[in-house]
Amino acid sequence: MLWNTLLLALRAIRRNLMRSFLTILGIVIGVAAVITMVTLGNGATKSVSDQISSMGSNLVMVMPGQRFGPGAVAAAPFKNADVEAVRSQITGARLVAPVVAKSATAVYQANNWSTVVYGSSNEYFEAGNWTLAAGRTFTEAEERSGRAVCVIGDTVREKLFGRQSPVGNDIRIKQFSCEVIGLLQAKGQSAMGSDQDDMVVMPLRTVQRRLSGSQDIGRLSISVKEGVSIDTVKAQLTLLLRERRNIAENEDDDFRVMDTRQIAETLTSTTKILTMLLGAVAAVSLLVGGIGIMNIMLVSVTERTREIGIRLAIGALEREVLLQFLIEAVVLASLGGLIGIAIATAASIFLANLMAIPYLFDLGINLLAFFFSAAIGVIFGYFPARRAAGLNPIDALRHE
Amino acid sequence: MSDAPLIRLSGITKTYGRGQAAFQALKGIDLAVEAGEFVAVMGPSGSGKSTVMNILGCLDTPTSGSYEFEGVKVEQLTRNERALLRRNYLGFVFQGFNLLARTTALENVELPLIYRGEPLVRRHAAARDALRQVGLEGWEHHTPGELSGGQQQRVAIARAIVTRPHVLLADEPTGNLDTRTSEEIMELIAAFNRELGITVLMVTHEPDMAAHARRVVRFVDGRVDSDRRNGEAG
Repeated sequence: MLWNTLLLALRAIRRNLMRSFLTILGIVIGVAAVITMVTLGNGATKSVSDQISSMGSNLVMVMPGQRFGPGAVAAAPFKNADVEAVRSQITGARLVAPVVAKSATAVYQANNWSTVVYGSSNEYFEAGNWTLAAGRTFTEAEERSGRAVCVIGDTVREKLFGRQSPVGNDIRIKQFSCEVIGLLQAKGQSAMGSDQDDMVVMPLRTVQRRLSGSQDIGRLSISVKEGVSIDTVKAQLTLLLRERRNIAENEDDDFRVMDTRQIAETLTSTTKILTMLLGAVAAVSLLVGGIGIMNIMLVSVTERTREIGIRLAIGALEREVLLQFLIEAVVLASLGGLIGIAIATAASIFLANLMAIPYLFDLGINLLAFFFSAAIGVIFGYFPARRAAGLNPIDALRHE
Repeated sequence: MSDAPLIRLSGITKTYGRGQAAFQALKGIDLAVEAGEFVAVMGPSGSGKSTVMNILGCLDTPTSGSYEFEGVKVEQLTRNERALLRRNYLGFVFQGFNLLARTTALENVELPLIYRGEPLVRRHAAARDALRQVGLEGWEHHTPGELSGGQQQRVAIARAIVTRPHVLLADEPTGNLDTRTSEEIMELIAAFNRELGITVLMVTHEPDMAAHARRVVRFVDGRVDSDRRNGEAG
């Protein structure tokens, strides 16, 4: 009986190709939209957290000032002595990289490129998870004497040198020329959307002497030792800096201590909200698809009721008729769901590539969208049939 | 049981609606039909002739009265048992053909065999054979939309007799057809009655069509008005 009923259901689908196609279409669009949106949202979240982890794990950043943006209070910058104090007194710190940033234009032959020059030490590369693509980092002598040497990011190399190898050449920054001793491996966009490779790194002393002209230090990047609690280090840092900056007991900090986990949480929570928003918009399209199916089924209810009358008249049992319609609905809805999943997968992979975010297959949303669409198909395909199959055959036949 | 008639209706009534709006379509019908008979049911519109056909075909249920089919009391059967009775013993031909749209003649004819669970090969052979018997050889793969009214009714007849039913119930089978086609359809039905021994009950309001039957039952106002053999006086 099941086999024969399956045959009848497939025949009914073939017989009503247009209706079947429209039914499937609604499901396909809804399922594809929901899955694509959620998959891309997940990819964006993953991309953000990946980029944050590329900043280096166990990283604590200390910046003067309390807030970003409007209302930011100007606070005294750190000095070289603060760096030394942190290095010697914070025992949980594996390394401490002081950073000074200055924007400047770098020139090589006829090419010039406006970029950011960072003054720091070799610890900067380690704390930031940077690796060399070519050349070397600073020697101790270069750091101590503040020689004009630099390590450049991949974007700067591309803009100034094109296909030429940069190492060993001199670039000019403001009034001085500076030998390129190393090239960094490209990292791509940061979590905030800026180009991490667009930079030139020089020894701290070189920048302080030749570019900023002061002993000021913009921020400290501190890598915490393995096995030491980040919170302990943060507490020690806060205590030490409050003391060094003479902050009274009842006053607030005039500096910020942040770790990468906090930054990651802030940013991923934003993309998660966006994912939910996109998913909700797409869910509306799934709902609209469902209403479309309902329309098609209701429009065809007269024809179907008469068909049911004919089947009952020639001796079909009520349950055989119902099983046929159920199979029909399930086959159509599942087919629509599967096509929707296939389209969503293709679209997600394509769009993820385009947006340079990873493609992550999310089983949960695929199953959810599939079963939701199947439920819509079954409800709107099956229940009108159930009413018709319960009629007297003659009433079903005479249905207008 | 052998001396019991094939069909026996006793005191069948059918009322539509309730209360003030109630309308009694059948006011107590007694009728017996023997196996192998060809009965024409005649009468003016609203006389209840179609209603009694629907009750005979188990497509509708009577309000009261008793209907025995081959000794079985139909009113005691469940819905499913009545469906099985239709499947195994009855064949239908309707005025409006009632074929499945966009479905080939062959698939329409084999439909009752599918519900009977006949295997594919036997099913196809029987359906082709039935189509040949109604003169539609070569039209197997045409859908109702591609067939004339007479051809559609032939497909419907093929569908009705493909299961070799004991009784063929025809409700105004020629109502939508022209005179010549009607004659051809009547010849076919008469031939199945004569050659296969299928009992035929046919509703018609055309005396020309009723002339093919051997017995004519006339309904007036929900009652049997006359019941006589063709060829008898009158």
